[in-house]
Amino acid sequence: MLFTSYEFLGFCAVLLLLYYIIPKKAQWPLLLIASYAFYFIAGPQFLPFIAATTLTVYLTARVMQSIADKQSAYLKAHKEELSKEEKKIFKDKQKRKKLFWFVLCLLLNLGILATVKYANFFITNINSALTSFGSKNVLSFVNVIIPLGISFYTFQSIGYLIDVYRGTVKAEKNVFKYALFVSFFPQLVQGPIGRYGDMSETLYTPHKFDSKQVGFGLERVLWGYFKKVVIADRLFVAVSTMIGDPSTYNGAYSIVIMLFYTIQLYADFTGGIDITIGLAESMGIRLSENFDRPYFSKSLKEYWRRWHISMCSWFRDYLFYPVSVSKPMQGITKFSKKVFGDKVGKRIPLYLSSAIVWFSTGIWHGASWNFIVWGMANFAVLMISEEFEPLYKKFNDKFKFTKSFPYTLFRILRTFALVCALNLFDCYVSIATTGKIFFSAFGASNYHVLFDGSLLKLGLTSLDYIIILCGVLLMLTVSLLKGRGSVREQIFRLPYPVRFMIYYGLFLIIILMGAYGIGYDASQFIYNQF
Amino acid sequence: MKAAAKKWIKFIASAVIVVVTLSLLQAILMPKYSVDGPLEGAFVAEYYGEAKDHDVIFVGDCEVYENFSPIVLWRDYGINSYIRGSADQYIYQSYYLLEDTLRYETPKVVVFNVQALDPKREAEAKEAYNRMSIDGMKWSPSKIGAINSSMLEDEQFLDYVFPILRYHSRWSELSKTDFTHMFKSEKVSHNGYLMKVGVKPAENVPEGKPLPSYEFTEKAWKHLDMMVELCEKKGIKLLLIKAPSLYPYWYPEYDQQVVEYAKEHNLTYINFLDIQDETGVDYTKDTYDGGLHMNVEGAEKLASWLGKYLTENMGLTDRRGESDLASRWLDKIELYEKDKKEKYEEYEKEKEKTEAN
Repeated sequence: MLFTSYEFLGFCAVLLLLYYIIPKKAQWPLLLIASYAFYFIAGPQFLPFIAATTLTVYLTARVMQSIADKQSAYLKAHKEELSKEEKKIFKDKQKRKKLFWFVLCLLLNLGILATVKYANFFITNINSALTSFGSKNVLSFVNVIIPLGISFYTFQSIGYLIDVYRGTVKAEKNVFKYALFVSFFPQLVQGPIGRYGDMSETLYTPHKFDSKQVGFGLERVLWGYFKKVVIADRLFVAVSTMIGDPSTYNGAYSIVIMLFYTIQLYADFTGGIDITIGLAESMGIRLSENFDRPYFSKSLKEYWRRWHISMCSWFRDYLFYPVSVSKPMQGITKFSKKVFGDKVGKRIPLYLSSAIVWFSTGIWHGASWNFIVWGMANFAVLMISEEFEPLYKKFNDKFKFTKSFPYTLFRILRTFALVCALNLFDCYVSIATTGKIFFSAFGASNYHVLFDGSLLKLGLTSLDYIIILCGVLLMLTVSLLKGRGSVREQIFRLPYPVRFMIYYGLFLIIILMGAYGIGYDASQFIYNQF
Repeated sequence: MKAAAKKWIKFIASAVIVVVTLSLLQAILMPKYSVDGPLEGAFVAEYYGEAKDHDVIFVGDCEVYENFSPIVLWRDYGINSYIRGSADQYIYQSYYLLEDTLRYETPKVVVFNVQALDPKREAEAKEAYNRMSIDGMKWSPSKIGAINSSMLEDEQFLDYVFPILRYHSRWSELSKTDFTHMFKSEKVSHNGYLMKVGVKPAENVPEGKPLPSYEFTEKAWKHLDMMVELCEKKGIKLLLIKAPSLYPYWYPEYDQQVVEYAKEHNLTYINFLDIQDETGVDYTKDTYDGGLHMNVEGAEKLASWLGKYLTENMGLTDRRGESDLASRWLDKIELYEKDKKEKYEEYEKEKEKTEAN
């Protein structure tokens, strides 16, 4: 059930109605039923996967909680009798017990993810290696289904598991409540990746009908649909045409691909998240924001603080920090400091941890080398920027113009161009093709295609381009207005007729100018695939 | 109290604006088949404006709406008939159009063209033909049945309920007629008959290529059974025909299945391809497109033969003595002759132009 399908809209409308009609204590069970129904409709064959993750993580968390509770109780009861050393031995023993269950569950769930999502990727690479060594025997591919949203719900579950292991949250006692945390349908397919500590309160508490809140939520849903069906799905037509035929669409077209795809990705992903957050908000559930006007970033580092925030913070909290402080990394720190000296030596573990994070981020996006290279390219740019940071600082301190608006705008545009270039790795599975397309943009002989009407042969008419341009300008305006606070609050303060015209106008634009239905290829959300 | 009233006023006013603007937009965006074509898309809706006391109802595709002239049936035999035709009509659409018709009237005879059973047609079904058959139907369980049985994989029921969702992108191609014909349409048929003039003799009509299977689909049989049952229930005689179109090819294997079915259900089946001598159809003169469809001359010949058959074998009586009906038909005949004259003039002009070039 795609977010852009009538079925989904009908499903949500019925759910919203029921949600506020039924007794409040039944709200979260209703959401659980709805979430599983949504998942069942998406494919009944996916249910065992999400159920397995839910149950294993739930049980492991309960076991770890029980160990932690017993530990506290024992230490409390024997506070006076035990020496410091005995307490330490006891704690270590309990920690090992917890660690055993934690690792077991982690391996099981990462194993499921690796099997369904990455098995064929590994087999492809093993086969390539075997063939290059002259072997005639190759491994056969496994026939597996990739359950909907598996990357998202697995990461969300692992985050919870780590939180319980660390003791930052208490394990949920009610298996059904926990099941809802894992399966909450609006965020199941493309995030944001929720934290149990943030979500448990809002997800399970009863919510009264609040017309302003419901209105705000639906307004955001509408905005999400505008971005998705008016802009992203329209750009998809041209982008897929160009990506589908790299031998024709190269040179100057490469610039168009990078620009169009980057706008499409933004409209698609932020649009999907707007629908998710708006829908949850209309039910009184607050989800964490996933974007903070990322294309206004002045550096790639800043961009990654503002783009797909939930994923980046997940990697930071659950991978980067643990890896950075892990025993092997401490060993590497000692070793590198000894070999390269303090200044350089202490940066090596940082870079190593970052490389692991960016490799994981890349492969999380997809089981193919282009995503891994995309991750490593981001890593390389970030590390180079990091190295040049002192130089930038000196430069910025010395020249006053660096604080001026034109220079800020230059930095924003430079970052945007960099993001456009990096996004090219998303477009082609073959890295060689990505390279060819990228480098063909420089010194191309076909720049005339940008002005001679060739862009009108990409499946889009001049009217389509006007709609896209107006849509992009509207997104830009809304982003600028966000700088002054909530746009929805700003609209809410307007007289009712004006407000009504804005809402209804947006609705009509979606209905009339949306790239949906017969004649347009249905495109699912880009992030559904991850 | 005041605040609550204000809220209600806001709500009602907003709802009215939404309903009115969406309805207007839908009316503007719907294709105006009767003026911008294809004219076939206008037939189905035209029926509802007719007086409904027909003796004969035809259901089928272009092989009926271009091959039989109801005007001749009236003029020569006093048979009041109507063709509920649409382009590439599938058997299930024929059934639901018939069911829809029987909501208004009970004819004595229903003529069904069996080309609608062609499995190739079902396999190559197109959304555009579904739309032309269904959009014009008034809402009823028959329309719902027609939609459900016709929808292709990429079609949505809701798009039929709110056609604005289907035609939303037409805003970029709107013309003057979309506004002038928002709420009206031109009459394009003569009791469902689409008049064509001109001659293009049938030459080198290709034989059908061998097919892996000639079996009609289960869906086709099911709807044919439903049609037979419906007619039996209403006391209507069902006449199966295969109109004399030379293409798409009517395989002997298809024909055999119909012959057997007709025998089994005690129905009459006439294959016009086999009675060319009796009907007098001349494929060098009576077709405007190389044997696919009849021109007006051919359609009149076929109607003349059928009128005789219906009178002699199906118990239809001459109703030309009914003054109200006769007066209605007088107008129709006048319009028919005028249309014929204009079309011939236009055809002659075109012919001269082509010859001059």
